[in-house]
Amino acid sequence: MPTKIEKDAVTGTDTTGHEWDGIKELNTPLPKWWLYTFYATILWALGYFVLYPAWPGLSGHTTGVLGWTMRGEISESLAQAAAAQAPFVNRIDAASLEDIAKSTDLRNFAIAGGRSVFAVNCAPCHGAGAAGSKGFPNLVDDNWIWGGTLDDIHTTIQNGIRNSNPDSRISQMPRFGADKILDAKQIDDVAEYVLSLSRRSRNAAAAERGAVVYSENCEACHLQGGVGNAEMGAPSLAANIWLYGGDKATLVETITNSRAGAMPAWTDRIDAARIKMLTVYVHSLGGGK
Amino acid sequence: MASASVALGGINANAVSAHDTAAPAYHDDVIRAGMIATVFWGVVGFLMGNVIASQLAFPAMNLGLEWTSFGRLRPVHTSAVIFAFGGNAMIAASFYIVQRTCRTPLFLGSLGAWCVFWGYQIFILLAASGYVLGITSGKEYAEPEWYVDLWLTLVWVLYLVVFAGTLMLRREPHIYVANWFILAFIVTVAMLHIGNNIQVPVSFLGWKSYTVPGGVQDAMIQWWYGHNAVGFFLTAAFLGMMYYFIPKAANRPVYSYRLSIVHFWSLIFLYIWAGPHHLHYTSLPDWAQTLGMTFSIMLWMPSWGGMINGLMTLSGAWDKLRTDPSLRFSVTALAFYGMSTFEGPMMSIKAVNALSHYTDWTVGHVHSGAMGWVGFITFGMLYWLVPQLWGRAGLYSQRLANWHFWIATLGIVFYITSMWVSGIMQGLMWRAYDEYGFLQYSFSESVAAMHPFYVIRLLGGLLYLVGALIMAYNLWKTVTSVAPVRAATATA
Repeated sequence: MPTKIEKDAVTGTDTTGHEWDGIKELNTPLPKWWLYTFYATILWALGYFVLYPAWPGLSGHTTGVLGWTMRGEISESLAQAAAAQAPFVNRIDAASLEDIAKSTDLRNFAIAGGRSVFAVNCAPCHGAGAAGSKGFPNLVDDNWIWGGTLDDIHTTIQNGIRNSNPDSRISQMPRFGADKILDAKQIDDVAEYVLSLSRRSRNAAAAERGAVVYSENCEACHLQGGVGNAEMGAPSLAANIWLYGGDKATLVETITNSRAGAMPAWTDRIDAARIKMLTVYVHSLGGGK
Repeated sequence: MASASVALGGINANAVSAHDTAAPAYHDDVIRAGMIATVFWGVVGFLMGNVIASQLAFPAMNLGLEWTSFGRLRPVHTSAVIFAFGGNAMIAASFYIVQRTCRTPLFLGSLGAWCVFWGYQIFILLAASGYVLGITSGKEYAEPEWYVDLWLTLVWVLYLVVFAGTLMLRREPHIYVANWFILAFIVTVAMLHIGNNIQVPVSFLGWKSYTVPGGVQDAMIQWWYGHNAVGFFLTAAFLGMMYYFIPKAANRPVYSYRLSIVHFWSLIFLYIWAGPHHLHYTSLPDWAQTLGMTFSIMLWMPSWGGMINGLMTLSGAWDKLRTDPSLRFSVTALAFYGMSTFEGPMMSIKAVNALSHYTDWTVGHVHSGAMGWVGFITFGMLYWLVPQLWGRAGLYSQRLANWHFWIATLGIVFYITSMWVSGIMQGLMWRAYDEYGFLQYSFSESVAAMHPFYVIRLLGGLLYLVGALIMAYNLWKTVTSVAPVRAATATA
């Protein structure tokens, strides 16, 4: 056994007498602070075992003297949160949308809750500021496809648009080009007429021809002068506010192939009080009627 | 070189005469190959990290292709840095250490070692090619499918046979502490790998398989594996590396033999229980979460034992930090090791975890360990060992090694501080309520808020990669341009 204990000159500590490839080891005792901190963590763990659920047995486990459970804690915390909101939520359940909007404290509560619900559920499509993007309507202006009263907005949120919910809002513009209802020239003309409704046409003759096409094919839904009809979800064509874009190429594309954006029915996913709050919030964004 | 170190270490004459004094012919070719593989996979892994970091900051970097999307490249990054870079570094280091500290060539000779080396490279290529093609078991850090798992099992068992066989044939009376850690690493990783991959292939001609346990049991086994992959692959193994290369480079005795015993056994015993802290506030039963948390807390001092032993070994040799880039990397690695092994137990406390879990804080934590500890201790080894293995007087350029050190350190600082801020911000945003008790922020708002920190993190990653490229150049020039002072170490 090649054991020879030496005293290390730098530290004054003995070596263990072992050596590997020139590496020796000092026989320094365990650092006191290290050992006592280690003991302290063990004591803390033992204490924790006594207080909380810790060790499994053949059936069940030790439950701890505090009787704490994770599920119990979250249930209690959710119950507290629900209880704190209950006075407001109960009043919102009972009140009409108009009354909520008129009452200062209910309205403040509804807008706070609606904002929160909107941020999680609606912002992914309509944008964090509700300004929308291509295919997703702007909810901040006063131009509404399906109507901008509290009741209109409430119905749209509850039932959605073009989904499988039986009460879903449904409208379907024909595919005038793809289904050969109109030929390319007619579509070009009617697009020119639609441009003229917001005074952007540069071809008066085409717009004039397009007016005839419009009255025969479009006016039933979009009404005379393109003012739109919220009853049928027919957008206004005269306000120069566009869901998919108002340049001529996009208009031709829309007329040729139609559009059919969809929105989920939220009534299955959000409770009635929160849908009411969301309604008041969206209505408050600037364009509510 | 071994005999030169012996002379410097002042070995006593009796000890030497008790043995045959000539160093046996060690199998070092495979270790030289391991150095090259370590540097190569390191650069690949760091590059992939930068690619996916850029994808998080700028989604267009996914390129709209399935093969280059974040979901497929993320396991390429993690496997490349942990298993390819870290694994090759450890296989090479363990072969070097076990031969020197046992004064005996590798069991099964050169052939066995080469089979481990090439078998392991094949494992890496099989795993990575699968990830890019969408072949994955979906288990974090255990993504390879059943056919790759089987292959790795064979390679790993051969590795164990070579290492343990060498230990058994040792010509030293005792087993050196580095070898305890390395053996614990090899045995435990084998156990974890098999335990977490008990799975049934859907067909023997298809790649898909399903694990036998389901639900929360599968989750618990996955994190028993996942946490101990950190504990035994990235901690115990690299402590073994530290226990050899720091005393060698510092030319000082290990600070405390007793501490090495106590912290080894306490680390090995406690680590294996800590996995449930990855599943706090999930459907994992309360009692299992308690055990995971308490054992993580008790793990704090056993982890720090390695840091104390490493740092205190420098007593009387601190001046070498000014002149030896290898030691500077190793010592800084221990500082990062100490920091992340304090941070880890802290984050395992449920109240802290409620804030930190699922946030970037976790990402920052694992990177302070991976970049700071595993990366730096490995760089320290490379700067010391490459000149040794190729018989060079020293590095091609100390200056470049210093540049690497400072650039990489700055990179880590950018990385972990940005992830701390981003992670704590995320956690606070998710739990913020307004005066009426409604959530203040949506999830998507918290994602948007992280963007600047993702850009800073990418900058940190780029610095780290640049440092590694400087090292690759420096080591290349060391091998090709520095005049040899003697023949390269044994070839066999």
